Amino acid sequence: MSTTVDTTAATAARKERTPVRPARIVLHVFLVCMALAWLGPLLWALYAAMRPYGETSEKGYVSWPDKLSFDNFTNAFTQSDMTHYFVNTLIIAVPAVLLTLFLSSMVAFYVSRFDFRINLFLLLVFTAGNLLPQQVIITPLYRLYLLIDLPGITMSGKLYDSALGLVLIHVAFQSGFCAFVLSNYMRSLPHELTEAALVDGASVWRLYWQIVLPLCKPAMAALATLLSIWIYNDFFWALVLISTGENMPITSALNNLSGQYFTDPNLVAAGALLTAIPTLIVYFALQRQFVSGLTLGANKG
Amino acid sequence: MSSETTTKIPEAAAVPPPGATTPQRRFPQGHQRLLTRRDRLTLGLMAGLPTILHVALVWVTALASILLAFTTWDGIGFDSIKWVGLHNFTELFTNNPQFWPAVEHNIVWFVALILIPTPLGLFLAVQLDKNIRFSRVYQTAFFLPVVMSLAVIGFVWQLIYNPDTGLINSLIGANEPGHYIDWIGDPDLNLWAILIAASWRHTGYMMILYLAGLKGVDPSLREASALDGANEWQTFKNVIFPTLRPTNTVVLVVTIIEALRAFDLVFVFNKGAEGTELLSILVTNNIIGESSRIGYGSAIAVVLLVISLAVIIPYLIATFRKERQA
Repeated sequence: MSTTVDTTAATAARKERTPVRPARIVLHVFLVCMALAWLGPLLWALYAAMRPYGETSEKGYVSWPDKLSFDNFTNAFTQSDMTHYFVNTLIIAVPAVLLTLFLSSMVAFYVSRFDFRINLFLLLVFTAGNLLPQQVIITPLYRLYLLIDLPGITMSGKLYDSALGLVLIHVAFQSGFCAFVLSNYMRSLPHELTEAALVDGASVWRLYWQIVLPLCKPAMAALATLLSIWIYNDFFWALVLISTGENMPITSALNNLSGQYFTDPNLVAAGALLTAIPTLIVYFALQRQFVSGLTLGANKG
Repeated sequence: MSSETTTKIPEAAAVPPPGATTPQRRFPQGHQRLLTRRDRLTLGLMAGLPTILHVALVWVTALASILLAFTTWDGIGFDSIKWVGLHNFTELFTNNPQFWPAVEHNIVWFVALILIPTPLGLFLAVQLDKNIRFSRVYQTAFFLPVVMSLAVIGFVWQLIYNPDTGLINSLIGANEPGHYIDWIGDPDLNLWAILIAASWRHTGYMMILYLAGLKGVDPSLREASALDGANEWQTFKNVIFPTLRPTNTVVLVVTIIEALRAFDLVFVFNKGAEGTELLSILVTNNIIGESSRIGYGSAIAVVLLVISLAVIIPYLIATFRKERQA
């Protein structure tokens, strides 16, 4: 069955199909079972979400359905005004992702294309900051946010309880990881590219904006995918730094809603699954970027 | 965890992207003379602004945590800040019934993640690396939980653990009042119940990291090993696994940090009530809970900070040193 002889050994090994052996069949049976077990909790949530509460409370959850419908999804969506919370998330996530990429790419450019003495230290500061657990900094941050008055700029008049506050902490925190990844990426670009332009008298901004940045598109795309999912999924920052339920992004709003509006588990299941849909869409649409972002550079092959 | 529901992996990223086998020279010192005054100013701003934001919000606050840990403060006005030395720490270590359980649970969290989902993720990665059919479908199934918010995962797993309506109790007939097995409320059970949900997610993450590591293994190593007549297990144990060392380091660091960051799942499950206390939960309770004991909360944060730095610093130094030598 092995037909590919050309290309490199690595790709040939990839494309090669081994003939069907009993061991292969056993492996597939095992993997199918495991995959089903892994999808199990999600499928169970979907099943619960598709059944009316009246039916499950009467017959129990482990029972044959009389009727399956998407009513719980529409109810969860309308009852809790989910559109509003999705918009809140957008208001936070879009600027946060763009700003993180912009700021971290500038730092990465600085540390990777020039030989300043401070480079290594700067990169260490960014990377280590990103690895800290958020709870390490939350107490002073919370006080700081309460202290900073921004009358007229944010709804709350403070940094606390505002989308701006969340954007800032996301950018500050995530730029550590992005600066690190992008600086490695930029270091791999041939230095002649920028050197020649510099000799010709181009400004450093031009080097960054017109030469280096366009070449970083693949890395930026991968990071953008990762960041969108991480920021969308944020629960902790919003939980602590937002006090008004109205201002919450969708993930932390769900926590409030499940106590406030939802009276039955089927509806909570529907709400939870609805919340997960955007990340699943991003993941399925940009799977390659997501996985390559997560392991950026780990694959030398 | 939360916004960083997935811990980052600097070392994996430290390896240059494909095609960059030789380390590139940066601008030799001489070329910096080409920089005009304006260029230097631009560069200063380019690096300076992001650094100010990052340092102000992350490092200055971390430092403030340390300072506040030696004070008491009710958070109302600065006048009420009082220096109390090590009082918060002695109180924490000797007089807080939740502290040592929290430390223990953080450790259990790490040990559980390293013992079950990590080897399982490695095993799945090795199987999926055998270029079998439908590999992508399997990968997606295992990886799906990693894409989802831990808060959402908490809601999904409650449908399984709920005493009266949950899947498990319904299946084993323990869903009648009086016969409940309270997976969420019983202090002997709830940590393990949550850890199963956490492991469910962690496995997919480990699988992806190991898959990436395995793709980097030189195929000729396998060929040589096969020629020498080694069987599959021998090849893995003696040839493949040793080459995964960098991945193993990443996995270890990622898992420690995930264990220290653990928060969302527990908060959604039972807000860290009896049986599921964690350091992160104790810190947070001091802010959004009823009490506002800022110095005390900061002292817990400092414990968390010290443990984290003890892992982060040696790891990053090793990573950066290796990179420099490359």
